[in-house]
Amino acid sequence: MAIEDDVLVVGGGVAGMTAALAAADEGASVRLVTKKQSTLRHASGLVDVLGYAPDGKLLADPFDALTDLPADHPYALVGAEAIRAGLERFDAVAGELYRGGHTEKNALLPTHGGTVKPTARYPASAAAGLASDDRDALLVGFETLTDFDAPLAAEHLEAAGVPFDARGATVSFPGEPRADAKVTRYAHALDEDADGERGRLAARVARVHDGEPRVGFPAVLGQEHPADVRAALEADLDADVFEVPMGPPSLPGIRLEYAFRAALDDAGVHTVRRPVVDYETDGEGRLSAAVVERNGQHIPHYADSFVLATGGLVGKGLDSDREAVREPVFDCHVPQPEDRYDWFRDEAFGEQPYARFGVDVGDDLRPRDEDGRIEFENLRAAGSVIGGYDFATECSGTGVSLATGDAAGAAAGADTQ
Amino acid sequence: MSDAESPSDDFEPIEVFPDEETPDLRPGADDCYKCSTCDTNCPVAEVDDDFPGPKFQGPEQWRLKRKEDASVDDSISKCSNCMRCDSACPSDVGLSQMHNTARAEYVEEELSKTSLTYWRNRILANYRTSAFLASKVPRIANFAMNFGPARWAMEKTLGVTSEREFPEFATETFREWWERQGGADGSRERAREARERRGEDVDADKRVAYFHGCYANYNTPEVAKSLVRVFEHFGYELVVPEQRCSGTPMFANGMLDDAERHAEVNVSSMGDLIEQGYDAIASCTSCSMALRQEYPELFDIDGIEDVAENTWEALEYLRVQEDLSGELAGAEVEDEHLASLAYHAPCHARNQGLDGQALELFDDLAGVDAEDVGDSCSGISGTYGWKEEKYETSMKIGEEMFDHMEDAEGEVGMTECPTCAMQMEHGTGYEIRHPLEVVAAALT
Ligand SMILES: Cc1cc2nc3c(=O)[nH]c(=O)nc-3n(C[C@H](O)[C@H](O)[C@H](O)COP(=O)(O)OP(=O)(O)OC[C@H]3O[C@@H](n4cnc5c(N)ncnc54)[C@H](O)[C@@H]3O)c2cc1C
Ligand code: SF4
Ligand code: SF4
Repeated sequence: MAIEDDVLVVGGGVAGMTAALAAADEGASVRLVTKKQSTLRHASGLVDVLGYAPDGKLLADPFDALTDLPADHPYALVGAEAIRAGLERFDAVAGELYRGGHTEKNALLPTHGGTVKPTARYPASAAAGLASDDRDALLVGFETLTDFDAPLAAEHLEAAGVPFDARGATVSFPGEPRADAKVTRYAHALDEDADGERGRLAARVARVHDGEPRVGFPAVLGQEHPADVRAALEADLDADVFEVPMGPPSLPGIRLEYAFRAALDDAGVHTVRRPVVDYETDGEGRLSAAVVERNGQHIPHYADSFVLATGGLVGKGLDSDREAVREPVFDCHVPQPEDRYDWFRDEAFGEQPYARFGVDVGDDLRPRDEDGRIEFENLRAAGSVIGGYDFATECSGTGVSLATGDAAGAAAGADTQ
Repeated sequence: MSDAESPSDDFEPIEVFPDEETPDLRPGADDCYKCSTCDTNCPVAEVDDDFPGPKFQGPEQWRLKRKEDASVDDSISKCSNCMRCDSACPSDVGLSQMHNTARAEYVEEELSKTSLTYWRNRILANYRTSAFLASKVPRIANFAMNFGPARWAMEKTLGVTSEREFPEFATETFREWWERQGGADGSRERAREARERRGEDVDADKRVAYFHGCYANYNTPEVAKSLVRVFEHFGYELVVPEQRCSGTPMFANGMLDDAERHAEVNVSSMGDLIEQGYDAIASCTSCSMALRQEYPELFDIDGIEDVAENTWEALEYLRVQEDLSGELAGAEVEDEHLASLAYHAPCHARNQGLDGQALELFDDLAGVDAEDVGDSCSGISGTYGWKEEKYETSMKIGEEMFDHMEDAEGEVGMTECPTCAMQMEHGTGYEIRHPLEVVAAALT
């Protein structure tokens, strides 16, 4: 009778998928219930751990700054070993797709706007683009892909003081796609190479290529066969080829999502793509079921242990209205200033208090109520639904999701064994 | 967060159309933050460079129409209504509702009622009517529909592709078979026997109303028969109420008026039974999708919410109400034919969160090895792939699925959707079965 598992994870972003894998590793049977698609598809595909210290200083090594973090920061709660465990799990999932695991130090990657971003792991396809590399670079944009203005990005990079000469050029993409073509169209054309797109693109770039040892493209070089696409371009251009991470939608993000999904399949995790809208308890402080909505039906999914990984304001793990910010699934307490006008500061840039909103957890990652009491004995939280950090300002998004996801999932799994 | 930034901006709904019966789409359009996740999920945009994609069809076109008196762009007719964009959007924008409404407006205002395209679409959308006539003379119909010169003429005059074979009509419809089995009375008796055998209360209140849809009635009655056997095995008594087309092909062709007429009949007959304590079940995932989501999104019919809330996909119902997984884990299928199955999850099953269900259920079933052929769209999307001008797009979308099917062990496919089944068979030559047939083979 009914649908029952050891561990039920709510939310299928990086945090939820990591938690599900960690719980399965403990021997638990795991189900992942997730509404819609995660923010991975529009994130850059870079895996940040901590790019900036609380005082705003660029960090060479994220682990150096851990002791400077406020006591309620998720990293301070779970500790350095949990961050390492999360990264190790990531490396196992991403495999050949990613680089950066050889060091704990941050790498510096150019972005499509021509800024330089500190990050812990980056797609293998972006590796030849490292900003610390002193080889000159040619950036190539496509006429029809206006999100990446190569000459402007090159100018910005030089202004940012990179140790090499950067030059930008714009070419037309073979087949002249329409101006608003989807980024996946470029990727598929290069994957399939049906009309020799790889060679034709290389030929067009060759005309503007002035012997630079590396050439950067917007991150649309193939969805299924990115390594082959790069290899073909490299052979024709006789230069290293790299991708520059782009804004949404993001092919590196999509590729990473597929890698996670394959890992979940291998681990025997069952995925249900519907929202959780309610819960049931045993009346004694434990959750007994998460109620899944299926086009009208409310179906309890039973489990011994639960992980809440529904994301922040963007992933809709937190809900805001005129009155307050809420955590809508288990109704966990979200600390916030009484007065709504204290959510914002007047400076346009600079930290915004609301960016730190989220559920309040202890070092066991169990959400707590207003009085600091545990909400439910068998509920843990992971990822950006947790408060106390501002991932965009400190560049810590995926890192926090990995560290807390791994810790929450492992603890939830262990509880049931 | 948009409302957080402007605390004083009171929300004022704006009517899309002057009358009040059409749904208000404003909140959806406002929720779009242009992340393009929908676009990366659209199977048509993936293969057709000229299709501007779901973000345009939905929120952008809507805004455009607010600003100036623009008419609906004809690219809306390229959308296959697979609803994948709808289930992808992280911000809960009701894309398929916007598309269905825009398509209806396009057909109403831009498509000439005397054009062949209009009538071709109308004939395709009203499959039930043709099927009803054909079922009166199934053998002649089977011959005539696939008779070469007739097909050539259909393509030339109507634009129905001659690449496809029309589905065969069963010589006995499901409803005829059902009557032969004694209808509801026969079912009640068999259900009581089953309850007794299972050691349950013989008078238990286990009653379901079956929405079989057109296809299981006219073309694949074995699916419907399997459903009956499986439900009676678990002690359920069935009724098979009066019903019309679920409306799926009509939504996709922008024929909302036709769809509403059929919906009224369905809502009324299913609604009466639900009021009496029945639950509604469907074997076709597009039918359950229509009853559960599209009806309440598009129509304002008395009792529609009750029908939506009490309609289930058949296996999902048993999974929640009975120990279906447990019984399957203890069962075995001896039919060699069902030993290896290449499973495709229909888009509309995906939208109901059912895409993992069949594989999970058969995980522990001895004698059956079901393999997923990936998450691509089959490309046929009901009537879409039947149109001469869409045939090529449809096959291009299906390519990935065909390839994965060829790679899978065995040469039998499995899916819940009758038109996906058509496409799977067309692309690979495999025979295609429904998960209910496998469950029936295991348990009855
Ligand atoms: C635009 C953008 C750019 C980013 N760029 C970077 C970057 O460059 N580097 C970096 O390291 N990080 C970046 N991030 C952060 C990172 O991608 C993730 O947002 C972060 O790791 C949070 O992941 P998460 O799993 O906690 O949440 P999410 O990814 O938001 O996932 C939450 C999931 O839960 C689901 N969900 C929500 N409510 C329910 C419910 N009721 N029932 C079931 N499921 C539900 C959602 O649909 C979603 O799938 C970026 C984020 C955004 C939004
Ligand atoms: S997925 Fe949703 S929010 Fe994103 S562009 Fe499409 S409609 Fe807008
Ligand atoms: S319903 Fe399907 S074909 Fe239509 S826009 Fe959405 S994803 Fe594309």
